[in-house]
Amino acid sequence: MLNRFNLKAWLLLLPALSFLIAFTHWPTLKSIWRSFTWARSDVAPSQFVGFENYQLLLEDPVFWKVFENNFWYAVGTVPTSIALAIMMALWVNSKIRGTSLLRLAFFTPTILPMITVANIWLFFYSPQIGLFNQLLALVGIEGPNWLGDPDLALSSLMVMTVWKEAGFFMIFYLAALQTLSPELYAAAKLEGASAWRIFRKITFPLLMPTTLFVLINAILNAFKLVDHLFILTKGGPNNESNLLLYYIYETAFSFLDSYYAATLTVVMLATLAVIALVQMLLLDRKIHYR
Amino acid sequence: MSSWFQTFSKVSAYLLGILWVLPLLYAFWAAFHPPEFATKFSLTAPLTLENFESAWDQAPFFRYMLNTIVITSLILASQLFLCTLAGYALAREKFAGRGFAFALVLTQLMVMPEVLIVENYRTLAGLDLIDTYLGVGLPYLASAFGIFLLRQTFKTVPQELEDAARVEGLSGLGIIWKVFVPLAFPTYLAFSLVSVSYHWNNFLWPLVVTNTEASRPLTVGMAIFGAPESGVDWSVISAGTLIAIGPLLILFLIFQRRFIQSFMHAGIK
Repeated sequence: MLNRFNLKAWLLLLPALSFLIAFTHWPTLKSIWRSFTWARSDVAPSQFVGFENYQLLLEDPVFWKVFENNFWYAVGTVPTSIALAIMMALWVNSKIRGTSLLRLAFFTPTILPMITVANIWLFFYSPQIGLFNQLLALVGIEGPNWLGDPDLALSSLMVMTVWKEAGFFMIFYLAALQTLSPELYAAAKLEGASAWRIFRKITFPLLMPTTLFVLINAILNAFKLVDHLFILTKGGPNNESNLLLYYIYETAFSFLDSYYAATLTVVMLATLAVIALVQMLLLDRKIHYR
Repeated sequence: MSSWFQTFSKVSAYLLGILWVLPLLYAFWAAFHPPEFATKFSLTAPLTLENFESAWDQAPFFRYMLNTIVITSLILASQLFLCTLAGYALAREKFAGRGFAFALVLTQLMVMPEVLIVENYRTLAGLDLIDTYLGVGLPYLASAFGIFLLRQTFKTVPQELEDAARVEGLSGLGIIWKVFVPLAFPTYLAFSLVSVSYHWNNFLWPLVVTNTEASRPLTVGMAIFGAPESGVDWSVISAGTLIAIGPLLILFLIFQRRFIQSFMHAGIK
């Protein structure tokens, strides 16, 4: 039965599968192929050049810069967003007054387009008149140029990213919290455990599967979400806040070098593949624990 | 000790909540007050709608919004249809290569089309679909996420129901339409809300494939409108921002509960 060719099943799958293949799997293969070729111009025939593009990549300081930036960007945004998301979920799930308003406040950034909220944050960050520096001026501190200072630009992007994402991750924790049994907490209360101890010994371990899931998604987002760069810094100053996907965009559509852009894309895909692999290994462990 | 901690926790919760809506509150402040109050906060600032008028005059918001609505609906309609068929096949049909087909679907959960803008742009140029609605929508017409969600849901439908429908004389597509689709309604709703908010907000791909007002969605329009080079002031940008996010925000506020439950529903699977 299982070995028979099932025409009906394939007919049902075909339309969806062909779109997925045409815009994900096929371009992946084409990117890999193109990363080994080069042409003088877009109309000239391309020729096989072996690893030359990769040689170029290894010698490209901007590539190393954006890769390093992307690493720090993930390190800076992922744990913070997750910690905030857990806190938000605990608050919204608790008995304090106004939880539905709180939930609304935390979640709203999720549904707003990154591009339009970046416009608002651009004002918050702007040098003299910006909200942050006006507030700092109130206490007599002269605020920095958040987006123009090479040491601050990437961190400023991180702050906005955490603001945008934490509420989204909160939802997953909220869903998980609602499946935890109230008896467990009643028992812990009876034993006189402190709030922190209950969290550390019961809630946090039980939320582990959710944390893993959110962790992977957050890391993926750190590589895939670059919309705010277009408004806030354009990767500047001097690539100090540039990220890999934005560099791919620049290479392909500003510098018009689709061969090098393809090479960068392959690096991006390889990074995503490694993350996927780690996820599979981790999730496997989780299943064993159960 | 405990009550001190609780008070502290409560105050932090409210402070964080206020911090989180601050950008939106600011947008409202700047949009409804004259430009000279955009960076000055005073209780006596007069209210005005002029910023909305000038934003409306300076960018074709109506056209952008129409484009966004058409693109989002096109994508959603196609996704719902194609993912239903594929999800059903993966959940209920036995066939050689099912594991492989499912693996192909799962790969796309990792590698979203935006990572592949370079090659996808070439494909679209080859098809002569640059700057068209179809071009913006094409890479998203099938959704791995949608297939995955529907597969999980269809798997939980009891076999007896399907058998009973077959006895009643329903055929393949009839069973999907009359039995599976109605039972999966919460999943459809959840997926639709997630999909609409994703594509309403999508930016990078539309930026790459659109050139003119003819197909440019709100996000791309806003990026051009809000660029510092365009010399538009904060108040007008804020007004434009509110116009752009207005429809989705209103929808969200009305169906808040549904929205959040849907995101939760989609997240647990």
